[in-house]
Amino acid sequence: MGVMKRMSGILQAKTNKLLDKAEDPRESLDLSYQKLLENLQKVRRSVADVTTAKKRIELQATQLQGQADKLQQQAKDALAQNREDLAREALARRAALAPQLAELQTQHQQVADQEQKLIATAQNLQTQVDAFRTKKETMKATYTAAEAQTKIGEAVSGISESMGDAGMSVQRAQDKIDAMQARAGAMDELLASGALTDLTNPVDDIQAQLDQVSSTNAVDNELAALKAELGTAPPAQLGAAEPPAPAGPAGAPS
Amino acid sequence: MIVRILGDAQYDVAEADRPALHQLEEALDVAVEGDDEAAFASALAATIAEVRRVGTPLAADTFTASDRVLPFDDATLAETKELLAGPGGDER
Repeated sequence: MGVMKRMSGILQAKTNKLLDKAEDPRESLDLSYQKLLENLQKVRRSVADVTTAKKRIELQATQLQGQADKLQQQAKDALAQNREDLAREALARRAALAPQLAELQTQHQQVADQEQKLIATAQNLQTQVDAFRTKKETMKATYTAAEAQTKIGEAVSGISESMGDAGMSVQRAQDKIDAMQARAGAMDELLASGALTDLTNPVDDIQAQLDQVSSTNAVDNELAALKAELGTAPPAQLGAAEPPAPAGPAGAPS
Repeated sequence: MIVRILGDAQYDVAEADRPALHQLEEALDVAVEGDDEAAFASALAATIAEVRRVGTPLAADTFTASDRVLPFDDATLAETKELLAGPGGDER
């Protein structure tokens, strides 16, 4: 038997049994409706779960991007202070964050796809709930118990199938979220304290060195200004990275 | 013939369109039996595209069982085999 035919058998077998409980086929209409409502609730909860997972990934991406931006800025600052070595280090660390960011973007896309699909599933079910609510009353009123056997049986297996489909969609989304949550948890730990800070934490030593350079410059500048004021020495060259030579030739006043 | 695409909808495929669909279905069967992931992906995509192209989506108030069911449009071979293997994922 072909795959498509087998799948239809499996889907029906999966849900038909819950309807075998009803004695009168007309009762199975109410039972189906009840199940349909429960199913809709389940799908809606799943949509909420997926949305939460998506937000979590967005938050992580924002944090990582912030760290990448900070490193970029530090590279610029380092270059402005003529510290190419520091700039190179900052850029290298920034590059190391790129694969993590790319991974988060892929995950985000996957979660967003799941979200879209579940929203569509919820909408379909909602439409069916609305349609079935009136249809089941019409059927109950129209058919005798004998007729109901076949007519209602058909409608009920149609409903069962939709619920089976929705149930599988939810299960599928849930499996994907679970896998993602595990990775997201690991990423949170990395962001909070672990290995990722190995990449960005030493940024603080980049920052420390940058700060060191600028404070040395500031002191030099102040010294030069004081000396100029007192007329004891020609003004030192501004912005020099190294301390001014004690008796070296000074630059022209700016 | 009523065909359901999991996670999508049910489609009514006219008698005249069945032979073409049947051919695609055979390719899908071969891919599943041969455990051929690439062939499965393309056969599934082609079959789903054909159903969507020739089929008429059923109205929301039509409650009827399907004659054929296709996996989710992004289903993997492994996932499909799992579905076929048994009752797994029992509803409730």
